[in-house]
Amino acid sequence: MRDRPVIYIGLLLFLTFATMPFWYDLAGAVSTKGPQQKLPANEKACVAAVAFMKSSHMKLLLDMRQQAVRQGNLTYAGINGKTYPISLSNTCLKQCHGAKADFCDRCHDFAGVSPTCWKCHLDPGQPAPTAIARSPR
Amino acid sequence: MTISRQAFLRLSGLSFLAAAGRRTMRAFETIGVRRTRWGMAVDVRRCGQLDGCTKCIDACRHAHNVPVIPDPRHDVRWIWKDSLEHVLGDRNLQYSSVSKLPMMVLCNHCDNPPCVRVCPTQATWKREDGIVAMDWHRCIGCRYCMAACPYGSRSFNWVDPRPYIQSPTPDYPTRTKGVVEKCTFCAERTAAGRPPACVEACPEKALTFGNLADPASPIRQLLASRNHVSRKPELATRPNVFYIL
Repeated sequence: MRDRPVIYIGLLLFLTFATMPFWYDLAGAVSTKGPQQKLPANEKACVAAVAFMKSSHMKLLLDMRQQAVRQGNLTYAGINGKTYPISLSNTCLKQCHGAKADFCDRCHDFAGVSPTCWKCHLDPGQPAPTAIARSPR
Repeated sequence: MTISRQAFLRLSGLSFLAAAGRRTMRAFETIGVRRTRWGMAVDVRRCGQLDGCTKCIDACRHAHNVPVIPDPRHDVRWIWKDSLEHVLGDRNLQYSSVSKLPMMVLCNHCDNPPCVRVCPTQATWKREDGIVAMDWHRCIGCRYCMAACPYGSRSFNWVDPRPYIQSPTPDYPTRTKGVVEKCTFCAERTAAGRPPACVEACPEKALTFGNLADPASPIRQLLASRNHVSRKPELATRPNVFYIL
């Protein structure tokens, strides 16, 4: 019976590790800060309600893309009665949200998603791609 | 309220007539000049006046972030120069003074585009205004369209084009590795009522852009008065780019 402290310590350690996910989750709910996005300085309203944009902006962007590219309709009527030219770089970012690092990336990094938009669309926060004199491979 | 059988029949007959009349009127509206068929005329002799001029090519590259890749195997081209022999392949003109002049080549925006027929994802399609458009979001890079195009108007991005863009514009997206691209007749500019970038840049006014469906348009007036040819008419792709010789 001299091993009793060792057994109890071992048991305690085992329980701690086995229930780790629950502790982690509980700690996350109280201590982790959400993504801190930089909100547009001169615009107060988005093209749709904030709650909708938070949950479904990806769907909205795909619909806009469909409308602009496939149907050739380049303007979008926002809920505030204003119409906006459909352009990810020039309207969404340049006109309102600024650099993607201040807005898009903060949430996407937090959520662990990497959309492929920026492989083609340009980020107004970044200098335009410049030609590098490279020898042909 | 009561209505006699005779009055009911008369009223319904009249409303059918009115509906049919309205539909007929609408059909006539779409047949008329309102239809758009964008096309281009290249005046080869005018184009050849300035030796070594590349203004249209440069303007296009700037307007659409078209890369300049030194390796010819990876070349991306929207509008470029070629010899008459390659463009028209016409031995009838071999002793003509035109045969020495460079010819501007771009997507012909065919009325019967083979590239559209073969595209498995409908990433390229024929718009109602005649432009053979591209949706780079949808392109899967299978290159069927490149095989189908008899004019070599399409280029594939074998490498990431971004490092090779010489005069970038923030107004237009770039493309990414693995998609096909080509001339779009500057759809984003024509939507705003502006002519394509190459047409605007040409110092000799050798390129004329306009609505081929409108008999009063400048391009139709020009083509009516001058001899012109299009590329490979025997393939029945019906190009909308014409060469004035």
